[in-house]
Amino acid sequence: MSEHRLHIDWTACDGRGLCAELLPELLVEDDWGYPVSRDGTAEPAIPRRLEGPAQRAVDRCPALALRLVRR
Amino acid sequence: MTTAAAAPARVERRLLAGPADGRLETYLATHGRLPVLDAPRLIEVLREAGLTGHGGAGFPAWRKLSAVHAARRPAVVIANGAEGEPASGKDKALLGAQPQLVLDGLQLVARALGASGAHIYVTAASVAGVRSALAERHRAGLDQVAVNVHVAPDTFVSGEESAVLAAISGRPAVPADKRVRIVESGLGGAPTLVQNVETLAHIAQIVRYGPGWFRSAGTSDEPGTFLATIGGAVLSPGVVEAGYGVPLGDLIDAAGGATEPLQAVLVGGYHGGWVPPNPDLPVSRAAMTPYGASPGAGIVLALPVGACGLAETARIAGYLAGQAAGQCGPCINGLPRLADTLTDLARRRARPGLPAEVERLAALVTGRGACRHPDGTARLIRSSLRAFESDVAAHLSGRCLAVR
Repeated sequence: MSEHRLHIDWTACDGRGLCAELLPELLVEDDWGYPVSRDGTAEPAIPRRLEGPAQRAVDRCPALALRLVRR
Repeated sequence: MTTAAAAPARVERRLLAGPADGRLETYLATHGRLPVLDAPRLIEVLREAGLTGHGGAGFPAWRKLSAVHAARRPAVVIANGAEGEPASGKDKALLGAQPQLVLDGLQLVARALGASGAHIYVTAASVAGVRSALAERHRAGLDQVAVNVHVAPDTFVSGEESAVLAAISGRPAVPADKRVRIVESGLGGAPTLVQNVETLAHIAQIVRYGPGWFRSAGTSDEPGTFLATIGGAVLSPGVVEAGYGVPLGDLIDAAGGATEPLQAVLVGGYHGGWVPPNPDLPVSRAAMTPYGASPGAGIVLALPVGACGLAETARIAGYLAGQAAGQCGPCINGLPRLADTLTDLARRRARPGLPAEVERLAALVTGRGACRHPDGTARLIRSSLRAFESDVAAHLSGRCLAVR
């Protein structure tokens, strides 16, 4: 069954940290402010109940560095 | 599918065999004209042969070709000779000695795929030779698909697939975010096949001499020969060709032998791993995996007992940090921090938390970038902490086992 995952375009990400604020269950910040997935994967899986906040993070990222992908 | 048992893997010339006077006439007299195969037949031949890519990743050649063919749209083929790895010289050597093999492979694949365009991407040092070889082919009417030559910058990441696409499109040679697979949509949106120049040269031989011939070198799981660049503490550093599974000692001997007793060998280049200097260790994916290494693009660097493995790795880590494209936060910040931490350890700073900090940073940068530069750097550094474990302990108490 495919699921939504959060894809980070690292060439665009500027470490502003809005995503980690909006999705604290999925993301933390690293030493320099860049998002790290709590589940240790490169593209964290989005549970259904977090699809709303995930979409908000995608919409609000100032660098437009996020998108939701189906894997 | 398997043929008769191969002879034990050894040093032997196939790509680098035969006269290399640079003349098309000599080449054609040795190898004959290039056969023409359609895509389904070529894919079948390559699958039988078991050829894998020689750019470092080792992906089965027939699969990539099959994916581009399956797109059913005019494709683009790119021969990648960027060879960004400073310790590697095999692509340059191949392009110098047998450019026609590479160009035959490129033409063969381009024709099979009905390609609208073919490109070859090489460093400045190889451009003149490639252009001259192309001019000879043009005069002889050999190339149905025209080939464009592009210069690759001498940077570490310039040979990464998406960096190659960017450079050929007239943009800086840095990796891009991966939205869609290049085999589906690459250069100008066309299904694009990027293949290392050595892989293309193998293809040009396989279609002439057959999959059975190809499989008579190497091992049954890892067939064929590969080009290795042997360097470090050896008498005659240079490019050596051998079957996969060749004993490490045979490669060192083919480069004139070690100049002093060896402490370790770096296999696979700056994104590779350190292995013990065991002369019987086969240079194959299977034998290297337990050490976190793989043959990769064939780099073999011999470290003598008198050198500090941690200092050498710290030096390489510093170089790799400097070669970051500068696009991705975890890499721009993480790699210099990783290199500095390893340097502290190499300089015998007696802080017991250093090894753990190196491991933490290595894990932190892995998977967090547009390309695998941070991952490869982390892999090398982790392998050094394992390979030089006893020296790590010594360094933490202010000593070095190798250097007084």
